[in-house]
Amino acid sequence: MSVRQSLLAILDQGPCYGYQLRAEFDRRTGSTWPLNVGQIYNTLDRLERDGLVEKGDVDEQGHVYWQITDAGSAEVQAWLDAPVERAQGTRDELAIKLAVAATLPGVDLGAVIQRQRSASLRQLQELNRAKYAGSNPDGPEELAWSLVVDSMIFAAEAETRWLDHTEQRLARHPHRTMGLELSTETPKRGRPAKSEASDTEAVVG
Amino acid sequence: MSAAVLQLVGVTQQYGEGETSVSALSGVDLTVDKGELVAIMGASGSGKSTLLSIAGGLQKPTSGEVVVEGTYLSTATRRDLAQLRRRSLGFVFQDFNLIPTLTAVENVTLPLELDGFRARVARRAGRDALASVGLEDKLDSYPDDLSGGQQQRVAIARAVVGGRRLILADEPTGALDSVTGEAVMKMIRHRVDQGAAGILVTHEPRHAAWADRIVFLRDGRIIDESQRRGADALLSDAR
Repeated sequence: MSVRQSLLAILDQGPCYGYQLRAEFDRRTGSTWPLNVGQIYNTLDRLERDGLVEKGDVDEQGHVYWQITDAGSAEVQAWLDAPVERAQGTRDELAIKLAVAATLPGVDLGAVIQRQRSASLRQLQELNRAKYAGSNPDGPEELAWSLVVDSMIFAAEAETRWLDHTEQRLARHPHRTMGLELSTETPKRGRPAKSEASDTEAVVG
Repeated sequence: MSAAVLQLVGVTQQYGEGETSVSALSGVDLTVDKGELVAIMGASGSGKSTLLSIAGGLQKPTSGEVVVEGTYLSTATRRDLAQLRRRSLGFVFQDFNLIPTLTAVENVTLPLELDGFRARVARRAGRDALASVGLEDKLDSYPDDLSGGQQQRVAIARAVVGGRRLILADEPTGALDSVTGEAVMKMIRHRVDQGAAGILVTHEPRHAAWADRIVFLRDGRIIDESQRRGADALLSDAR
């Protein structure tokens, strides 16, 4: 979704042709989200269909300049004004892996966490190095790029902190895991087994 | 010839005796080469700060050996140690530790003057060190007139002035906002790239990631040095 809005926001600065639009998107995002020109044209076609852009002048080389409509400018403003809604991350692969591993007797969860932490830190090191190598740290393009890299840096750091936190929580349990053995109560086919608690509640109620 | 600026061999630090004794460090081996920055991470009480004090000769370990630029600290006299701290080691602390009644350049040149350098020579070295951290226009400013980031840059200049080759940094970004902290880390990285060596104690993964290697301590032991040796070998060592 943000590609569509980003292209529209760039067009709000002035008319562009397809390739030019791609180059503008690249330099504003440090080429961290490569787009092929086909995607650009598909997006432009959809934006045109929705009345947000229209075809304008054609130069001598045959470049078609796309320009934004009033409705398009309004959409850009609405995009900038609204927060980005994040999907709830309950299906994070790592969280599920650690949650399951924590219930497996005999698994050294400390080692699992440490390997993950090393991997996250290695990723952080690479990101820092990429940033350190920047040629003109004060230029607007470098700044735009480093904003994107920063978001990756902080995400990787958050993961590392969460791993620290997980390790400390588990350290309160003997052997660092909770050793959940296979339940003797097998769920009936087609619906989950009722828990004891809800049975009790039903009786009390 | 080895490029090691610092070597810790089997370093153990115990506090107290008998049943009540506590091991702050147990058999720690660590080598830091020229041009290398090593980050030490670990929870509170894992031994990070003890390791840094021992590496800097501020504290003698219960057993084990520390070698700084070829000097064996176990057999060094107090005078040798003081000289080593003045000539070879530079400390950077969380709260800068600048002397408020001295200007930036006086803070930086103090160790040189204590070491008997002539004032003019010391000032020139101090000026160069401050210029290398971008503070050539703040030579005569007092710490109170500088921002936190600038004060920490003065501290880095003090840590590298003269021929100092080993930077020991204890949470150097702890009192700084994130952007200033990053600038300080880039500066330390830059100094190390120019031929110094450094140990960085931090609990901020983002800053630790400026290091070439990250070493984890838990209960006084290195539990993972996977960036130097194979991860699996090390994790089995830890058990």
